[in-house]
Amino acid sequence: MTSITLDSHGHGDAHHPAHAGSFLSTYVFSKDHKVIGIQFLFSTLIWFLIGGLLALGIRWQVAWPWSGMPVIGKMLFSGEGGQISPEFYTVLFTMHASIMIFFVIIPILAGAFGNFLIPLMIGADDMAFPTLNMLSYWFMWPAFIAMGSSFFVEGGAAKGGWTSYPPLSLTDWNGQTLWLIGLTFVGVSSMMGSVNYLTTIIQMRAPGMTMFRLPMTIWAMFITAVLQAFALPVLTAAGFMQLTDRLLGTGFFIPDGWTAGNSPIASGGGQPLLWQHLFWFYSHPAVYIMILPAMGMVSDIISCFSRKPLFGYKPMVYSIAGIAGLGFIVWGHHMFVSGMNPWLGMTFMVSTMMIALPSAIKVFNWLGTVWGGNIRFTTPMLFALSFVSMFIIGGLSGIFMAATPVDIFIHDTYFIVAHFHYVLFAGTAMGVFGAIYFWYPKMFGRMMNDQWGKLHFLLTFLFLNGTFFTMHILGVVGFPRRLADPYHYETFRHLQPLNAFMTWCAIGMVGSQVIFIANFMLSMFFGPRAGRNPWHANGLEWFAPSPPGHGNFDMQPIVYRGPYEYGSPEVDTDYYPQTQPPPEKKHADTPATSPEPAVAH
Amino acid sequence: MGRFWSLLFLLVPVLGVASFAVAPLYNHWLPRDISQHGHVIDHLFYFILWLTGAVFVATEVVLFWFLWRYDSKGHTNPVKYTHGSHSLEIIWTIVPMAILLFIAIYQMNAWAASKIDNPAAGPDGIFGTADDMRPTLEVTARQFEWRLRYPGLKAEGRLGDPDDIFVVNDLHLPVNEEILIDLKSADVLHSFFLPNMRVKQDAVPGMKIPVWFRATETGQFDIVCAELCGWGHYKMKGRVTVESREDFDKWLERKYREQETTQDPQLAEKKDSSE
Repeated sequence: MTSITLDSHGHGDAHHPAHAGSFLSTYVFSKDHKVIGIQFLFSTLIWFLIGGLLALGIRWQVAWPWSGMPVIGKMLFSGEGGQISPEFYTVLFTMHASIMIFFVIIPILAGAFGNFLIPLMIGADDMAFPTLNMLSYWFMWPAFIAMGSSFFVEGGAAKGGWTSYPPLSLTDWNGQTLWLIGLTFVGVSSMMGSVNYLTTIIQMRAPGMTMFRLPMTIWAMFITAVLQAFALPVLTAAGFMQLTDRLLGTGFFIPDGWTAGNSPIASGGGQPLLWQHLFWFYSHPAVYIMILPAMGMVSDIISCFSRKPLFGYKPMVYSIAGIAGLGFIVWGHHMFVSGMNPWLGMTFMVSTMMIALPSAIKVFNWLGTVWGGNIRFTTPMLFALSFVSMFIIGGLSGIFMAATPVDIFIHDTYFIVAHFHYVLFAGTAMGVFGAIYFWYPKMFGRMMNDQWGKLHFLLTFLFLNGTFFTMHILGVVGFPRRLADPYHYETFRHLQPLNAFMTWCAIGMVGSQVIFIANFMLSMFFGPRAGRNPWHANGLEWFAPSPPGHGNFDMQPIVYRGPYEYGSPEVDTDYYPQTQPPPEKKHADTPATSPEPAVAH
Repeated sequence: MGRFWSLLFLLVPVLGVASFAVAPLYNHWLPRDISQHGHVIDHLFYFILWLTGAVFVATEVVLFWFLWRYDSKGHTNPVKYTHGSHSLEIIWTIVPMAILLFIAIYQMNAWAASKIDNPAAGPDGIFGTADDMRPTLEVTARQFEWRLRYPGLKAEGRLGDPDDIFVVNDLHLPVNEEILIDLKSADVLHSFFLPNMRVKQDAVPGMKIPVWFRATETGQFDIVCAELCGWGHYKMKGRVTVESREDFDKWLERKYREQETTQDPQLAEKKDSSE
C-alpha cells in the first residue's frame, strides 16, 4: 500500500485519483517526477533532432564547401543562392555544440533519466522537492526560447563557438547575448535539479537501501549532482561577467586599449584567458556530467543482460568518485597552447594523465561483468556494449591530447573532434539509446520493438564509426576544426574525398534515427504490454507497476540486498530482486544473507 | 544472432587498425616534418599510438571473445557468480597507473623544449627579455591576416625602430637557424599553426607570447589559423617560405628597399648608392 511519505508535497495528493480533471496539473505543470522526466525526455529528443540536423549542415559545408544544398538549400539560404555563408557556418557549429551539450546531453541524463529513475530506483514516492523539480523543467523553457529565437534576430545566433571565447564573443552580435541568457537559465535549472537529487538520494531511500546497495545509475547521478552543485556556479558567474562586458562595458575579459571591428572601445584591464579558466573550470567537470550517468546506466544494463553481478561494485563507485574529484583539477588541459604559463600546463598534464586511470578501471570492470555471463543480445544490451567498445576509443584518444607535446600539433584539429564525439555520441548518446530501450517499458507500460531496435542499433553503430573514426585520420594530418573551407590550404586539399565519405555516413546516421523515432512513437500505442519486470531485473523500479502511478509503489519496497544479484545460488531464478525476502524469513535482516560485493573485504 | 553481434564488435578493432594502416599510404598522415624539434613530437605520437593501439586491440578483442564465448544461446553453463576480484582490481589499477605516469614523465622534456626553454630568456625567466637573443620577427594576428614585422636593416636592428619592415601573410625564414617570434594579436584570439613545423600557439590580445623553432628544410608551407577568429577564420591563411640565409637576406633587403622608397626617397637613394 502507499501510505508513507507522501507528505512532502501536500497531503491532498496522497490519494491518486485526486488528479483527475486537471489536465494542466497532470501533464503540463506536473510535480510528479515521472512526468517531469518524460517532459525532459521529449524536449531533449526534439532538440537532439535539431542539433543533428545542424550537424548535417556542418558536414555538408566541410565536404562540399560553397556548393548549394540540394532542395532545402534554396529555402534556407536564398540570399546566398543556396550556399551556406561562412558566417552561417560559424552559427552552425556554435549552435550544434551548444544545443547538443546544454539542451540534449546534460538535460537528458540528469533531467530525463535522473528525474525518472532516482525515486523509482531508491524506493521513494517522489523527489524531495517536487515544486522545485517542476521549476527545474520550466526554467529550461526561457533557455529554449532564448537560444531558439536567436536564429531569427538581427545578426543571427551566436557565432563564437560553444566555448564563447572572448574577445570574439564580445563583438557585436545579439545572438551571443541571447546565448548567455539561455545558458544562465540552463544553469539555474541544473542547479535546482542537482540540489533535489542530492537531497532525495540522501534522505528518501527505502528501508534497507544503504548507500552501497544503490544501483550504479544512482551513484552516478549522485556524484554528477555533486559536480553540478560545485562547478556550475562558476560558469553562471562567468556568463554574467561576459554579459556585463557586453552590455555594461565592464572589462573582465578585455585587455587595456582593446578594440575590434565596430565594437566600442572597452574599459579594459581584463584578461581573455580569465574566461577560459572560468569556462573550463565548469566545462571540464561538465564533460563528466555528460558521461557519468551514462556509465551508471550502462553498468545496470550490462549486468542485467549478462545475468551476472556487476564486477567490482565498489571499485566502480570509487572510480566514479575519483573521476569527479580529479575532474576539478584538469581543466587546464584545454589550454595547453592558449598562452597559459607552460609550467602550469605541465601540472595539468600530469593530473590529466591520472584521470585516465579510473576510466580504465571502469572498462576493465565492465569486461569483467561480461566475462562468464549468460549474455542476452537485446537492443539495450547492444547499445550498452557499444558504449563500452566506443568509450575505449574515446578514452584512449584522450591520452594523445593529454600528452602536451603531441597536443601542440593536434590541438583544435579533427583529432579532438573525433575524441569528444566518441565520448559524447558513441559513448553517452549510445548509452542513452540503451537506457531508453531499457526503461521505456517502465515509462510507458509497453515494450519497444526489438527487431527495429536492433536495426536502429546496427545502422547507427556502422554510420557513427564511418563518421567519427575517420576524424582521427583527419586530425593526424592536422586538419583544423571550424574552417568553413579547409581546402583553402594546400596541406588539406587532398582530404576532400574522405570528408565526402564522412558526410555520407553522417547523413546515414541521422537518417537511421527515423527508425528510432517511429519505434518510439508507435510503441507507445501498439507495443506489447510490459509487465512490471519485463527484463527480469533486480532494481526497485521493476517492483513498481508499469507505468508507476502517482506515488510510484503500490507496496512499500523493503530492500534486502544490492541490485546486482543475478545468478545467485540462493534462489532458483537467475535474478534476485532487491525487494524479494530471503528464503528463510528469520534471517531477513542479518548481514550474513545480505551479500556485499566480495571485493569490499 | 549472438555470433553476428560479436563479430560486429570484432569489426571495431579490425577496421580501426586497418584504417590507421592504410591512411599513411594515401598521404592521410602527419604532414612532412621540417623542424628540428618536430621528430620528438612525432616520436611521442607514435609511442602513444602503439601503446594505445595495443590496449585498444587487446580490450576490444577480449570484449569480442567474451561476447562470442558467453552468448546465452551458445552455452548452458551457469554464470560465474562473482562480485569481483580484489587482486585483479589492484593489478589493473597499478599497471595503467605506472604506464600513465611513465608517459607523463617521458614527455616533459619535449614540452619544455617547445614551450619553456625560451632561447631569449635568462636562466630564471619564462617570458624573459635577456639580450642574448633577439626575436627574428614579430607576428601580429588580426582578422583575417598575419602581419609580420621584421627589424629594419639600419644600425640597431631592433624591433620597434622606425625602420621596421612590414609584410603581410608572406613569412620568410632562414633555414637551420633558431627562429624566435613574438606573437601578438590585434583583436581577437587566433592561433599560429605551422603544421610542417609542429608549431602551434594561440595569439592573445594583451599578451606577447614567444614562439621558437628551427626549420631544417627549404620550401613553401602553410600558415594556418587554428583558433576561431570570426566569419573569415577559414581564409586567414599565410605562407611560410624557408630559404637559405642568402636568399632570406636578399628578400629582406628587397622588402626593406621597397618600403623605404615609398616612405623616404632620400634614404632609399643613400641605400642604393652605398651598394
